[in-house]
Amino acid sequence: MNLAASERRISGIGKERFFLNRRARLAVWTGILFAALAGVWLAGVLIGGGQVAADFSAKGLAPSLAHPFGTDMLGRDMLIRTVKGLSVSIVVGTVASGVSAVIALIVGIAAAAGISWLDHLMNWLIDLVMGIPHTVLLILISFACGKGLKGVLIGVAVTHWTGLARIIRSEVLQIRSQQYIAVSRKLGHSGRWITVHHILPHMVPQFLIGLILLFPHAIMHESSLTFLGFGLPPEQPAIGIILSEAMKYISVGKWWLAFFPGLMLVILVLLFDRLGENLKKLLDPYSVHE
Amino acid sequence: MRIEARHVSFRYGERLPWVLKDRSVSLEEGERVGLTGPSGCGKSTLVRLLAGYLKPTEGEILLDGKPLPQKQVSPVQLIYQHPEKAINPRWKMKKVLQESGMYREEVMTALGIEKDWLERYPRELSGGELQRFCVARSLFQGTKFLLADEMSTMLDVITQAQIWNLMLKEVDERGLGLLVVTHNKELAKRVCTRVISLGS
Repeated sequence: MNLAASERRISGIGKERFFLNRRARLAVWTGILFAALAGVWLAGVLIGGGQVAADFSAKGLAPSLAHPFGTDMLGRDMLIRTVKGLSVSIVVGTVASGVSAVIALIVGIAAAAGISWLDHLMNWLIDLVMGIPHTVLLILISFACGKGLKGVLIGVAVTHWTGLARIIRSEVLQIRSQQYIAVSRKLGHSGRWITVHHILPHMVPQFLIGLILLFPHAIMHESSLTFLGFGLPPEQPAIGIILSEAMKYISVGKWWLAFFPGLMLVILVLLFDRLGENLKKLLDPYSVHE
Repeated sequence: MRIEARHVSFRYGERLPWVLKDRSVSLEEGERVGLTGPSGCGKSTLVRLLAGYLKPTEGEILLDGKPLPQKQVSPVQLIYQHPEKAINPRWKMKKVLQESGMYREEVMTALGIEKDWLERYPRELSGGELQRFCVARSLFQGTKFLLADEMSTMLDVITQAQIWNLMLKEVDERGLGLLVVTHNKELAKRVCTRVISLGS
């Protein structure tokens, strides 16, 4: 607790407090970030297919007031395509990294459960997934699952958990050696009770950071799969497709095709990063009173 | 009830030196025994063995002639030197008491735990305050023996006196067996009915 806060507490007796403390501000800020991300997703969902129809009278226009991001070579408005693309990216990113992080949590905790053969099995599994070249594995899984959004989602989700699983395993091992775990056992609590009440809450920051770090990976791999033709179908306005299309026109000076969608992708990733950082600060007991 | 270590030897690894060699100690219910000795003579190891946190390399730990229960609530409870390590830093104090089912008015009054502390996190309480919670959660119905591993060493003298007064009152009322590990010979004399000196 800092000096200002204690002063405020003393002088605040009987007065109304206007100032939000850092924690409350952080919570508000987190809410805004979340709303912004949800807004982009919702906008992408709500924009109908008719809005991205080709219009050959307006092809290849530079950014203007009517088309802030310009238009592409089929005369489609790039702003609308970008928003729709980001919306798809948010879905792919959250679902794939969410599933990945949950797999990592389960594998990590199972490996650190103190059962030797399970630990060996889980480590073998991690090495196995890590050992196969990433892109090849992604292409194989995505292809086997019938490509499209489903294929990409499954492919990205089941290949990204390995690093986080290792981190969680070592964290759990470290927590398990603590005195309060030994005490809890002597108080008659089962391994499952201890895992749920003592260990899982300690995994929240790792889980969230892992989730955030997976998010850009998931989007990048979605775009690279799509770029290679094993991912989303070309008519879907995904960022990966927009960027790979834009590659063809960059040499003729149509910079806006790549610049705005790329910039928006970076901003999106940064927003997610901020969101995760804020959540971490809110959940961490060492910063709970700031 | 009676807990005893019978011809116990212990070492932390195959090639490491013996920490304890052929030791026998016993403690009756209602008895207060001090355990003193120089640093590194195996006092803490002995109480950890007695509480079932470690398994003896040789010999056995017996509770009324039977081995200690492994999975249920243990009637032998250990109180550590550093309470801040023995409490989950992510839990509010209320949950610490709830963990052992000791979130009860009479226990809190007996140990001088204030209502105000229950909604706090461990790092917002002092060592003496935390240690009271550690004692409180060990004092459930089934507890027969309390092993205090230098539980007041890191507290200032006033807090030491407070916590020992509270502790002794509870131990007397419940007729518990108490084993006190300490470097402080005066404390041992004052608190205990019998003192065992470990080390050669």
